[in-house]
Amino acid sequence: MDQFAVKVFVRLRPSVLDPAGEATKSASIKLGAEGIKSLRIGKMIEVKIEGNGENEVREKIDLLCDRLFANTVIEDYEYSLEKL
Amino acid sequence: MDNFTVGVVVFPGSNCDRDVSWALEGCLDIRTKYLWHESSDLSDVDAIVLPGGFSYGDYLRCGAIARFSPLINALDEFVKSGKRVLGICNGFQILTESGFLPGALVANKNLNFICDDVELDIVSSKGGWFNNVDEKQTIKLPIAHGEGRYHCDSDTLKKLVDNELIALRYKNNPNGSSFDIAGITNEKGNVLGLMPHPERACDKTIGGTDGLFTLKSLILK
Repeated sequence: MDQFAVKVFVRLRPSVLDPAGEATKSASIKLGAEGIKSLRIGKMIEVKIEGNGENEVREKIDLLCDRLFANTVIEDYEYSLEKL
Repeated sequence: MDNFTVGVVVFPGSNCDRDVSWALEGCLDIRTKYLWHESSDLSDVDAIVLPGGFSYGDYLRCGAIARFSPLINALDEFVKSGKRVLGICNGFQILTESGFLPGALVANKNLNFICDDVELDIVSSKGGWFNNVDEKQTIKLPIAHGEGRYHCDSDTLKKLVDNELIALRYKNNPNGSSFDIAGITNEKGNVLGLMPHPERACDKTIGGTDGLFTLKSLILK
């Protein structure tokens, strides 16, 4: 069995308004940061997982992302995978 | 109808289960039974309410974890059999997360947790959940949510409109919902999800009785 470290990034789809991102952008400007054009908040999920090779692990992660980690009605996801 | 029993689902974090049960039993004389989320035996209930609250602490997304409970897994057959399911607030979020209803509920546009009475237009009475046989009516129900902004893509919205699946629309949209949507049904009409709380509007002394009809319609065949 191989072990992998996976980082999953879940983001609101561009068409979905992100009020928390807007509020944080507003606070960033109040802090004095200049030039911020856009600020959107997502989630990062770290998973350690084992399986027989990268393809099998990718299948498991795809299922997890599609069915649980992200709601694809409102969110997109992508992930990176590193063999440990 | 004497033995008609409404199952009120209890998740860890549900907090409107007792209100629903009180409204059904105390105001409408309809028998209820609490269903723990780990139960998958729905054989002795005739309709189901998924109540409001914060199932599983709203972890990940509202309703996302509840979707994987044994009870929600058993709900598919229950819905296919034509029996009625009412999802209120967090119950509505669970119904969208689990795919019984289209779309999703996301953070309110103004980021506030909104606790207020709202006026609602009854758009469609598909499934007989609302009493508007002849003409458009307005009802007033309480809302209490932080993530009640209904969102769907334009194709889904068109389908909702064309098939008369939009049950309720806010008169003054409080949360930024697409098309002012406050509640929708499935195509068959036996599943209703809505953000407002009909169980909190079942007695004059607590502010109104506009929720009675919707709860009472749980016993419709």
